[in-house]
Amino acid sequence: MSEKFEPVIVGFTCNWCSYRAADAAGTARIKYEPNVRLIRLMCSGRLDPTFVMKALAGGADGVLITGCHPGDCHYIEQNYKALRRFMLLRRTLKGFGVEPERIKLVWASAAEGMKLAHEIDAFVDEVRKLGPLNWPKWENESNPAEVLEVTA
Amino acid sequence: MSDKPKFAMYWAASCGGCEISVLNIGEKILDVDANFDIAFWPVAMDAKYHDVEALEDGAILLTLWNGGIRTDENEHLAHLLRRKSKILVAFGSCATEGCVPGLANLSPVSEIFDVAFHTVSTDNPNNIHPVASFEVPEGTLTLPTLRPVLKTLAQVVDVDYYMPGCPPEPHQIAAVIDLVIQVLQGKAQLPPKGSYIGCGASTVCDECPRERNVKHITAFKRIQDVAPLDPNLCILEQGVPCNGPATRSGCNSRCPRVGAQCIGCYGPAEGVLDYGARLITAFASVVDAKEPAEIDAILDGIPDPTGQFYRFNLADSLLRASTKAWKR
Repeated sequence: MSEKFEPVIVGFTCNWCSYRAADAAGTARIKYEPNVRLIRLMCSGRLDPTFVMKALAGGADGVLITGCHPGDCHYIEQNYKALRRFMLLRRTLKGFGVEPERIKLVWASAAEGMKLAHEIDAFVDEVRKLGPLNWPKWENESNPAEVLEVTA
Repeated sequence: MSDKPKFAMYWAASCGGCEISVLNIGEKILDVDANFDIAFWPVAMDAKYHDVEALEDGAILLTLWNGGIRTDENEHLAHLLRRKSKILVAFGSCATEGCVPGLANLSPVSEIFDVAFHTVSTDNPNNIHPVASFEVPEGTLTLPTLRPVLKTLAQVVDVDYYMPGCPPEPHQIAAVIDLVIQVLQGKAQLPPKGSYIGCGASTVCDECPRERNVKHITAFKRIQDVAPLDPNLCILEQGVPCNGPATRSGCNSRCPRVGAQCIGCYGPAEGVLDYGARLITAFASVVDAKEPAEIDAILDGIPDPTGQFYRFNLADSLLRASTKAWKR
């Protein structure tokens, strides 16, 4: 591949912290990689692992999950649930052959625009190194005869 | 041939348990015979594919299809029976969501063949390996070939109804047969196309009589390591991974009632898009730890999360298969 691979990354942000961190990064004109598409949730605890599965199945190369620092959750302790789901999700995705590094969890308070921007840059870099995931759309599969040849 | 409506049942990538479950409806099977002509049912009677091909399109009123689509033969039959049937039912877990045969979607075809023909469980001293076609003096012999991944029936053809379960419970089968007979007699109407029949819409937990409290899991354990299991308390609450929270009701929580965890054979409850993801949510929520190291230690109690969460649903999950099965 001569052209630089630009990963597609879906990022989930929490309304009370990381979304505002992204906002703060914008207001302060901090530059970060444009590969991440941010989606605002009310809380990282709203992050159903289904969203991550759907993102990967739909063509994302990586998923970024962000939330308030431990102890700072607007809804008391939902970010701990997000942490546990993230950890169990990474273990499960390993079984699907998805490198755990494609899923990242970052804590960022509303004041940490700079930190979020750095984390996004680092993540984009890491996913770029992993290469495209290219989850199939299951429409055109290879010829079954070819498949059998692999086995002979 | 009588002018009774025609019935067919076919098995693709499945174990045969669905057929046993149909026989387990007892004397109700006589109602099937009284109301239907068996047009095609390889387990129960001899019929050839060309007999089915000779039928007019739509000639079979009801086809119960069990099994996933793994080979080109399965796929051919799925298209054929779709064409010949007015009502095509994905019958059982394999047809609706892939079931255990769908777990092979975690492996490449080469590995499947290796395990089947060349591992310790197989006595194969001459290293015999099947090939798709083979020349003999009489001509060319062919075998069906495997697709790269197993698909559910609905991923291949249009399906009218889904009947989950591994296998569907006999009382549910009997109720569905009763319904179809009543429809034939003009006494009832068919449910809307695409419905799940012979099951509930809620979860296994909803039908489970065990007492449930706020859960604080400090360790996941295998059921044989919890002795004795409290007979009245929620199984998940006792640290045994029980798939009830995401699994569709309809079995009357058969396993939890007798002291075994739900393994999820009725598939995802109504509205659940990805069964495993829903279980990840449920299990991770009740883990009683906040530090990553502690959480890791507790999660180590689920050694095979992919198998635990997708035992029945892998082929119908959002991801469907591991990269090993499709990445070239």
